[in-house]
Amino acid sequence: MQRNSEAPPVQTTSAEARRKSIRAWLVPLVAFTLVYLALVAMVRNQYYQLMLTLVPVWATLGISWNILSGYSGLVSFGHAAFFGLGAYTLTILFVNYGITPWIGIPAAGAVGALAGLIIGYPTFRLRGHYFALSMLAYPLALLYVFEWLGLQEVSLPMRRDAPAAFMQFSDNRIYTLIALGMMFAALLTSLRIERSRFGMSLLAIKQNEIAAEAAGINTFNWKLKAIVVSALIAGAIGGFYAVVLLVVTPQTVFGMLTSAQALIMALFGGVGSAWGPVVGAAVLIPLTEILHAELGDKLPGIQGVVLGVAIIAIILYAPEGILWRVRDMLRARRSAPSDGQAAPHASAAPQAAADLPPRHAPAADARVMLDVQGLSKSFGGLRAVQDVSFAVREGEILGIIGPNGAGKTTLFNLLNGIIKPDSGKVAFVGESIFGLPANAICQRGIGRTFQVVRPFPRLTVLENVVIGAFIATDTDDDAYVLARKALARVGMEDDADLLAGGLTTKQLRLLELARALAGNPKLLLLDETLAGLGSDAVEDMLAVMRRIAADGTTIVIIEHTMHAMVRLADRFVVLDHGTVLAEGPPEAVTRDPNVIEAYLGKKWSAHARA
Amino acid sequence: MSEFLINVENILQALSAGLLLGGIYGLMCVGLGIIFGVMRVINFGQGDLMMVGMYCAFYLFGSLGLSSVLGAEVGAIVAALLAGPIMYVFGLLLHRFLISRVTGVRVASLEGEGHYAQLILTLGMALILANGGLLLFGSTPVSIRSSLSSSAWEVGPLVGDYVSIFVNKARGIALIVSLAVAAGLFLFITRSRLGKSLRAAADNPEAAIYMGIDVDKAHRMAFGIGTAITAVAGGLVATYYPFQPYVGLEFVIVMYAGVVLGGLGSIIGAFWGGMIIGLVQQLATLVLPTQLQNTAVFVVFLLVVFLRPQGLFGVNVTRA
Repeated sequence: MQRNSEAPPVQTTSAEARRKSIRAWLVPLVAFTLVYLALVAMVRNQYYQLMLTLVPVWATLGISWNILSGYSGLVSFGHAAFFGLGAYTLTILFVNYGITPWIGIPAAGAVGALAGLIIGYPTFRLRGHYFALSMLAYPLALLYVFEWLGLQEVSLPMRRDAPAAFMQFSDNRIYTLIALGMMFAALLTSLRIERSRFGMSLLAIKQNEIAAEAAGINTFNWKLKAIVVSALIAGAIGGFYAVVLLVVTPQTVFGMLTSAQALIMALFGGVGSAWGPVVGAAVLIPLTEILHAELGDKLPGIQGVVLGVAIIAIILYAPEGILWRVRDMLRARRSAPSDGQAAPHASAAPQAAADLPPRHAPAADARVMLDVQGLSKSFGGLRAVQDVSFAVREGEILGIIGPNGAGKTTLFNLLNGIIKPDSGKVAFVGESIFGLPANAICQRGIGRTFQVVRPFPRLTVLENVVIGAFIATDTDDDAYVLARKALARVGMEDDADLLAGGLTTKQLRLLELARALAGNPKLLLLDETLAGLGSDAVEDMLAVMRRIAADGTTIVIIEHTMHAMVRLADRFVVLDHGTVLAEGPPEAVTRDPNVIEAYLGKKWSAHARA
Repeated sequence: MSEFLINVENILQALSAGLLLGGIYGLMCVGLGIIFGVMRVINFGQGDLMMVGMYCAFYLFGSLGLSSVLGAEVGAIVAALLAGPIMYVFGLLLHRFLISRVTGVRVASLEGEGHYAQLILTLGMALILANGGLLLFGSTPVSIRSSLSSSAWEVGPLVGDYVSIFVNKARGIALIVSLAVAAGLFLFITRSRLGKSLRAAADNPEAAIYMGIDVDKAHRMAFGIGTAITAVAGGLVATYYPFQPYVGLEFVIVMYAGVVLGGLGSIIGAFWGGMIIGLVQQLATLVLPTQLQNTAVFVVFLLVVFLRPQGLFGVNVTRA
């Protein structure tokens, strides 16, 4: 038994990546479908036929949950709101207006999507636990409203005159086929989202919303899109659920268990993976339904207990779901003999610093890139940045130094829009960017890195970097080309297909730099890019940064390590207690007694004066 | 009686019902608030832990003979209070063998990633408790009945000769006990060394470690105490409210609403949050149909979360 070793792809574009990922799924997809169809054809028992229909129904709801919560990390406890509204939309259209479910299901999807928009708009202001718990309130509030409206138990009327026109088939297997069709539609939507700009942007939000904004991603818009798509699917499948069960009650469609089902399917199978919910539903629904049918009368509640034990067992041994666990195991087996990832390329910064052309500071009359005047920001009584003014010329490397707590990172946060300044002026290439949101500032050409690097461990280096490139182009393929270029600029082109989870600190810093470069910024704000690196790595980083500057990108860098900064920067701005203490070329600034005092205290400044 | 006096009576009656209910909700919320505040875990099983506490009190009262030894009235209260220590041990064991596997300082630093495991684990725990309860206790509603459940104190007449409030004795005593337990807990949290270490662990687990606080132990204790407090609240509810194994679901939402209203991490805030929920629920019946009283709760909850996300008593801390 010899497994073909996969040749590393030379160029991965997004279209290729998508084709590859769909191709990789083709075999299990076809196998799953064939087995399922065989089951559908064989099973004659009505109860089991219903079960075969419910598996894709709950899988679809799980997929819908996963599109919002699995990808973006914003956990929704309220998907029953969309599901229930869909179910009631179809039911009311059918019962009161005689409209067929064939129209009712799309209408249910539309109502779901609208509800997603209305709910998402205010709720996305909340983060973390607050978001999750607020989502819980919507379906429960709706539950009581529908009870109050007198819709406790609504049955769909039988239409024996035209059963097919009203989705009432005597052969239950047709329902299963429709459910499968809806599941595949949802699955394809999810797969398309997964590796596209849409999915990558959601992943970036999950990883670090602020960093995503700084990379030019309009996080609010993407989240809104995600909840609309997700709610559309949930609404449509909710409508179909009403058709299958023929009776709708507020408890069954708006109840907390319905919301819980959505997230259990996804979390059990594999969170953040399009197939996860399908796996979850295929395992859990038959398990609990069979237990209920076989033992339900003797041991009431046994299916709940077993379901509980099953999901606890899974979570303890595969915290991200079955699918990821299996994938990791397969990957480990595949790479074990060849040593695969263990030896990352030692390629970053191929040229030593010595090979670089000598650095020429830009002429004094070079265009002013960034003009900051009188910038101030207070947090309560703490004046973090006060009346800071400085200018950055095109092609320059400006170092911002200062003791801990001097307001350096706050200054960056003000410059790239993460925090709104209180007063002052900020002009970028002559245009005011004061008070703009981070993604808009990034769009104008200011890139940014952060002190703490948080990559996606399960994505490749290239996929991590491409997130930064979306801002510069409309097509995903171009974004991948830009990402590769950016990787080449930092000397990581050979590492493009490594998983980010196995990178060294230096590689992570380079990855972060490449992500910021991928959007083709005119100005780069680098926050402690050298922190935590050994002296060899510092040399390599310096070389990379000087090359970036030589290519025409202006750099503003915050750094603590003086000896490195002296060799890198053309000019220093020294911050202390939120104000500019000194400004000028490195030699002058490092001799300034005020600067020495700020860094080392009075004793040393006296020493330096002497 | 004039129209006006009838209205006054209705309002007073709703207000007193709200206070009675709110006091109990407050205690439940304090139980959850300790767990949520210290561990930052969304525990879906809190309502079901309360249910176990209710059955605990029920069997202490009946089968284990507290009612025959102490009499029904005193026995009911003692049973509710005794459910606390028993559920404390239950909570410790749950944390030791289950909850600690997915929580703690290690997970707290994982940002979003670790929460999935917690959600699923506590959901699984909730499912097992509720359905296991169905297996063990059956689905027939039970309650701890004494003469208190069906008699009332008359407060008044307050206005004129006729307007007075009737307070169900079981509910009234439940409120007093609940206030006493909440006050005792508050003193423990603010005054005792152990309580202070709990608060430190809640505020900043990492810094607490550097200060020599055993954060894992603090978490275990928080989970035990939170379970116990909620169980006592459940035992008190059981003295006037028939319940069955699925009762937890009815209350867990109220608890979360109360805790978020009060402000994450604030124990006293959780109590007032629960109190507000109780008041809103009862006062809403004055203007809204009874079925919508819970909708009113959720609307108030959403409004507070939107207008003041840190809650009424919370401190706004954002770390960029």
